[in-house]
Amino acid sequence: MILRRFSDWPSFDLRSPFDELERMRRELDRLSGDFTGSVFRLPSAGVFPLVNVTEDPDNYYVRAELPGVKTDELGISVTGDTLTLSGERKLPEENEKASYHRREREAGSFSRVISLPSRLNVDKVKAHAEDGVLTVVLPKAESAKPRQIAVKSS
Amino acid sequence: MTETETKSLQAKTKKEVTTPAEQTKPGAVFYPAVDILETERELTLLADLPGVKAKDLKIDLDDNVLTLTADETPLEGSGEKDIFREYRTGRYYRQFSLSDTIDQSKIEAVLKEGVLRLTLPKVEAATPRKITVKAGQ
Repeated sequence: MILRRFSDWPSFDLRSPFDELERMRRELDRLSGDFTGSVFRLPSAGVFPLVNVTEDPDNYYVRAELPGVKTDELGISVTGDTLTLSGERKLPEENEKASYHRREREAGSFSRVISLPSRLNVDKVKAHAEDGVLTVVLPKAESAKPRQIAVKSS
Repeated sequence: MTETETKSLQAKTKKEVTTPAEQTKPGAVFYPAVDILETERELTLLADLPGVKAKDLKIDLDDNVLTLTADETPLEGSGEKDIFREYRTGRYYRQFSLSDTIDQSKIEAVLKEGVLRLTLPKVEAATPRKITVKAGQ
């Protein structure tokens, strides 16, 4: 009976304000999607290192420019769908009598967590560094790979 | 000058060259971050050039103007699609003017792990010599 009474209410009284809100929310989602959906995005607030993330059907590739960082000084760990990069950039000691004209390169520690769009095959993650650029290859979990489904005609 | 505690690194977007000297190649041009230090005997220039192979680095010295030009090799394979990009790749370009006390024949350059170390020795005559001052009679 209660249900019956609810549906007896004039629909515009109760529903229209929420409909309007819902419509606005969807509109905002669409707008923000236009920004976040673009390929180039601004670095998230001050988190080092900046990364470029790409994918092919089998893997995700995370790349970061880390000049002068040795691979054995890097910590790379993977769980579920997240990759954590941490380490320290050390600048070798220079002659202490030297005087600096410019000092723009920075040393310090860093740690960054990157979420990937789907689960990863954590056992098969590989990483290598080349000319100061780190590449982490993260194979997608079997369940996350796109699958071709054959349609049989009866 | 030594810092005992390690600070955490802040992400920095590459500084784009706003008025590049005539570039014939399309694409973005960035200033590499450098350290320049001087001792009695030499000047040392350290530059961060991630993604640059030795063959793509050009160091040019002309009329005491040192020019670094380096092209980054993109590592992305052809089958890869972007999910998001936070840094851009392109060319590094920077010029320095040197004093004429550099012995230009002894300049040495080493590129390792994306860091260039350029050693610019000063000419003998420019290294300060101790001069003993004798008290006059």
